[in-house]
Parts: sequence; C-alpha cells; structure tokens
Amino acid sequence: MKPAAFDYVRADSSEAAIAFLAQYGDDASILAGGQSLMAVLNMRLAQPALLIDISQSLQMRESVISAEGLLIGASTTQAEIARRSNLMAEVPLLAQAFPHISHVQIQNRGTVCGSVAHADPSAELPLVLLALRGEVLLQSNQASRTVAAQDFITGMLTTTRRADELVRSVRYPLAQAGTGYAFGEFALRHGDYAACAVAAVVSRDGIRIAIGGVADCPAARDWPLLDGSALDDALNSLAWDLDARDDPLVSAKARRHLVRRLGLRVIKQAREAMDRKL
Amino acid sequence: MNIKTKLDGPELPIILHRGTMHEINIMLNGEPRGATAEPRLLLTDFLRHSLGATGTHVGCEHGVCGACTVRIDGVAQRACLTLAVQCAGRRVDTIEGLAGDQYPLGDLQMAFKRHHALQCGFCTAGILMSCADWLERPHMAVPTETEVREMLSGHLCRCTGYAPIVAAVLDVAQARALARKTAGEPGHA
Repeated sequence: MKPAAFDYVRADSSEAAIAFLAQYGDDASILAGGQSLMAVLNMRLAQPALLIDISQSLQMRESVISAEGLLIGASTTQAEIARRSNLMAEVPLLAQAFPHISHVQIQNRGTVCGSVAHADPSAELPLVLLALRGEVLLQSNQASRTVAAQDFITGMLTTTRRADELVRSVRYPLAQAGTGYAFGEFALRHGDYAACAVAAVVSRDGIRIAIGGVADCPAARDWPLLDGSALDDALNSLAWDLDARDDPLVSAKARRHLVRRLGLRVIKQAREAMDRKL
Repeated sequence: MNIKTKLDGPELPIILHRGTMHEINIMLNGEPRGATAEPRLLLTDFLRHSLGATGTHVGCEHGVCGACTVRIDGVAQRACLTLAVQCAGRRVDTIEGLAGDQYPLGDLQMAFKRHHALQCGFCTAGILMSCADWLERPHMAVPTETEVREMLSGHLCRCTGYAPIVAAVLDVAQARALARKTAGEPGHA
C-alpha cells in the first residue's frame, strides 16, 4: 500500500502545469487535493511517471462570482467552497450537496475541479454541475476551451479531457429567480459513496433531474412540469433507462427503486422551494 | 518540442526524480525537524520512520479510516494521502504536540479519558487532531450532537461505538465556550 516510484514537480502556475502536461501527456497526473488520486496511487491502480502538484498554487486557488456563475479554480478545496457564507443563495444545489460529500477531513484537501476531473459515477460535484448545466474550462499550451458539463463526463472515470489539458476551472451557474433546487442522496453510511444521488431543478418551464451513483456516469433529463402518475411514469422510465449498476451491497433493483422514490421526493422538495419563491 | 518558449514567466520548476533523496524540513509541533525523503514517501512514513514521531497511526492507507489525521498548516487532513515532499517548509501538528508543554494532557485528551472515549486507542490520535482543528473554527463555537457525529464520520473506531467520543467532544466544546464567556466578563471593582 505504498505508491510506486514517480517523478514529482510542484507547479504553482497553470502555465507550468500545462507545459509539463504537454511534455508528458498521459504519463502525467495532476495532483490537486489527492483525495482520490493518492488512494489510487497507494493501491497502485495507477502508476504515473510524473505527478504535477498544483495543490499549493495560489494562482489557481480562486472562487469568483459573476453573472455567469461561481467560477472555481483548480486548486480551490471543497471546504473553501462549502464554507462560503452565502453559498445557499449563490448556488443552492451546491450548498445542499456538500453535507453528503465525503467527510470534513477529506473536503479540507479535496478540490472541486479534481472531483469533476476524476468523474467518479457517485460523485456529487459533477452531478450538480450537470444538473445546473455548468461548464468545465480546459487549458492546454495550444488552446483553451469550454466544455458543457453534459459533454464532459462520458463514462466511469472517463471524460473528454485530452491528455495535454488541465481542468483549469469549473463554473456553476447561479440560482435563478422562480426556480427551486433540491438535492437528496442515499448512501450506506454518512459520507460514503452514493448508491443514488438526485439533484432537481424545478421552474414554471419544467423539471430537470440529474441522477448520480446509479449508472456509470451521471445522467440528466428534462421534463415538462409533470405531476401525479405522469411523474411516476417518467421516473419509472428513467429508472429503467439508466443501466443501473449491480454490486453486492446495493442491487440494480434497489437503485431503480431509489430513482423512483428518492427522485420523487427530491423533485417535490424542489417544487416546494420554487413555490416558496413565487 | 521546446516547451519553455511557451512560458512568459520564469523557467519550469525542477522535477524531483524518482529514487532521489531530498532534504525536507518541516515545523513539527513547533520544532524545526528535517530528514531526507524520496518523492513517493508518504507523510505518515516520514513522520514515523524518518522523524520517529510514532504517535500518528497508520490504518488503511487510502484515506478511509482517519487514524493518520494530522494538521498541516492548522488544517486536519489525512497524512496517508499526503507526500512528505508536499510538506516542505510547512507546519505539521501531530498528537505529540496536542497537550502543549504545560500539562501532560490537554483538555481534549482529559475529556476522552474522563468519558472512556477510547479503548484500544488506535484511532484516537487521528480523532483528536480532527477535533482540535474543528473545535477551533469560529462557527463551531457550540456544536450540536449531529454536527459532532458528522465530523466524526470521517473516522472509524471499532471499539467504542462512538457514544463516549461524542460526549467527550461536546463536553470540551461546552467547557471552552464557558471559559470564553468567563474570560470576556468584566472584572469586579
């Protein structure tokens, strides 16, 4: 349970980090918070040639609010975002998701961008990004590009990030008027991986629901403002549409059940939140 | 490819190559300490094997159990998910320094003793370092039992069932709140 040997470099600027990525590509890993990567290295599930440590970069430690949303830099920890005093008003879905994310000791080090880049199917931060139609900002020494959340994660631990690209920041859109947000999760233990996580955004225009922990990557659906049996039917179709994972602790059937029941509950909560705002 | 031409700033930082030893100096519990380490050495092993500070325990080595939790620049985090080279020039606080110089045990440790909040003690050092950071945060002035349990969910204890640990943490939080109140009281004539 010790990592295999690697070269190590501390890159305090994005320019330095992408220069090394350009040189090493797939053989390099970005070390941000390391709360997933270090465990993976300790178990020798990955053996990169070079670790590019951006954890102490002040340049990439940023969280900026603008009309476009909350922009979070690559070195910003989850704890720094979770402790924003106004987060519930800024990005309510993030504020509601944080209590479900891991533990305070992990949030102290884990980064928001790192969680999105890692693309664990159970992770809350990419799920919220997808639910809100957020964006991922990628940077290489050739160009910068912005990828919509729904085009970023393509499968289990798989994204459209190219080997020479750094996830420079992610952007979570701000709360919209007349819109209700709710987040709910079922895990076997507090802070453990989600067996099913649900994010719902409800407005007069309709329902957007995003589900994590069930299939090999988070999935979102947009529905009109359904109610009653029509909503039950839509949730049931969604439960069957997702290729629910089956593991010894939580069966695929249980995950489908969670999509129906937890999905309904979270949509109702979001709808109530919307009604309170109107 | 000449990557340096892409940079406006200074030259690229230096790569520490695998297998090479590097002098790592940290401020361990307020004392400057140093030893050599190769890039892949974990902070847990650096503390225990290189510096002889064996109070930090090693459980799962993948961040789940919390036994190795230490404070780096004051923040509680997993030493097993940290490289020694990442700590160069930083402050690391471990269980050895928790009580300070004046007493053998600090208030947290006394409360754990009073409440029988440990049995085998393997997880205790990590829990105490987590609590030490957490209770110092301004918004944690008087935490609720739910908040304490949520914080402790980052630690595995297979002996106590957590109830006495929760009681000890709440006890310390209340005692500290009371002490702050008393200290802020204007003295009599």
